[in-house]
Amino acid sequence: MNRILAIRIFAPVAFLVLLIAGWQGAIEVFDIPPFLLPTPAAVWAALGRYANALWKESLYTLGTTLAGFGFAVAFGLGLGLLIGASRTLYSGIYPLMIGFNAIPKVAVVPILALWFGTGEIPAIVTAFLISFFPIVVNVATGLATIEPEMEDVLRALGGSKLDIMRKVGIPRALPYFFASLKVAITLAFVGSVIAESIASNHGIGHLMLQAQAQFVIPLVYACLVVLAVQGILMYAVMAVIERRMTGWAHRSGFATG
Amino acid sequence: MSFVALEDVRFAYGGTGAPAVDRLTMKIDRGAFAAVVGPSGCGKSTLMKLATGLQFPQGGAVLLGGEPVDRPVKIAGMAFQAPTLLAWRTTRENILLPLEIVQPHRRRMRRNRAEYRARADALLASVGLAGAGDKYPWELSGGMQMRAALCRALIHEPELLMLDEPFGALDAFTREELWCVIRDLHAQRRMTVVLVTHDLREAVFLADTIFVMSARPGRIVATHQNTLPRPRELDVTFTPGFSATVQDLRSHIVRARP
Ligand SMILES: Nc1ncnc2c1ncn2[C@@H]1O[C@H](COP(=O)(O)OP(=O)(O)OP(=O)(O)O)[C@@H](O)[C@H]1O
Ligand SMILES: [Mg+2]
Repeated sequence: MNRILAIRIFAPVAFLVLLIAGWQGAIEVFDIPPFLLPTPAAVWAALGRYANALWKESLYTLGTTLAGFGFAVAFGLGLGLLIGASRTLYSGIYPLMIGFNAIPKVAVVPILALWFGTGEIPAIVTAFLISFFPIVVNVATGLATIEPEMEDVLRALGGSKLDIMRKVGIPRALPYFFASLKVAITLAFVGSVIAESIASNHGIGHLMLQAQAQFVIPLVYACLVVLAVQGILMYAVMAVIERRMTGWAHRSGFATG
Repeated sequence: MSFVALEDVRFAYGGTGAPAVDRLTMKIDRGAFAAVVGPSGCGKSTLMKLATGLQFPQGGAVLLGGEPVDRPVKIAGMAFQAPTLLAWRTTRENILLPLEIVQPHRRRMRRNRAEYRARADALLASVGLAGAGDKYPWELSGGMQMRAALCRALIHEPELLMLDEPFGALDAFTREELWCVIRDLHAQRRMTVVLVTHDLREAVFLADTIFVMSARPGRIVATHQNTLPRPRELDVTFTPGFSATVQDLRSHIVRARP
């Protein structure tokens, strides 16, 4: 147990240190000018110096992200259950969704700005649009892969389609659902930051764009660091929720050691 | 009058193409123990689905208790080669699942939790799983899971028990133990049992009537009335009479193969 804990904490730290060392090393070896790639120390200093702005804007981004993500969860769960339960809906809607998912969301933001003006709405909508797809797919997969034998057992007892969904389908789809949340939350971040950097006066995405325009390069990188940290934290929250809700699905020792 | 009756049944998956079973006729009396044997792919599992209304024939008739089967029956307990227990429920909760579906238990369940718990535990004890109720299925061995699946098929005291190669994945010793479990349950409750099996010794040890099916499209090519007296002990499987019956059945199957 201690060994596993040590690996889980020290391994990422060690790799982070390696990454920073490689970053510093590359700057010195290739003599990279600071306006292309600032040193880790300069980025660290920027993090301190602009802490206020970074904090405020990242909270803003967090808000739009969570709002978009919330809609994605509600919508994704509903649609996933629907198309997972009905073969007709599945074959009708699934191809459309794949096509929709293939559209780069960057291309959609200007349209959203046109409709809703600049502000939080384009960010929320983009976060929603980019993150609901994995939720739908996972929930539908969980439902569609019920063992036919299990279905037979319940049907031969006079169980209705709804009974089968409630007793088998939905519990079975939950691990898939919670696994998809981890992917969806990081995607939602990508969505809201893209939208903010195109059609907003707030948020980390906007701050990053401003920093770039005013040539404050360390701040650009500081924004990236903040985004990464935020992404990791949200992912971790989702992972904890997943463990809590669906511990029974995690009994394989496959990924230990 | 027979309890389960299939009369001149023809069925093809998807409604067209080569039928899985054709001119299939069989009758099973109420309370009887029937076994169905036949080459792989001959339509034994299909027969189970037809008899329980999970599939409907394109020709002929399926009757249960004299009534035509035009929807999934409500009284059947089923068990398959794979235990198909739900991983997120404890063994006891898995066994109680049928009672959450069938009336009147469905209505009574919430109020009478303790009574139903006791009922599940008693049934678990009767198949040698006393104390396993709180374990999750993945904490049980394959044989224990199969016993639990049998309990799930029996908890609502079905009039009709359908077993599709329930012991196929078990070792010989566990299998023989479970033969005795099924034998005793049948002796106690007198439900009608249809057992699909590949194991001729299993069929001869357990059943009153043994149906031999032909290769696809499946139909009954021989019906054997088993005259071994009951109650039967495992010793009977070593007697010459038993072996002769098994031999006789084997020759039918050899002829039935394509
Ligand atoms: N869902 C299905 N769709 C189409 N064809 C099927 C389906 N299930 C079974 N079949 C076909 O119907 C025939 C009978 O299948 P069935 O499962 O009843 O055989 P079986 O006697 O139970 O075989 P086994 O002893 O191997 O379990 C087989 O040839 C099989 O290919
Ligand atoms: Mg079969």
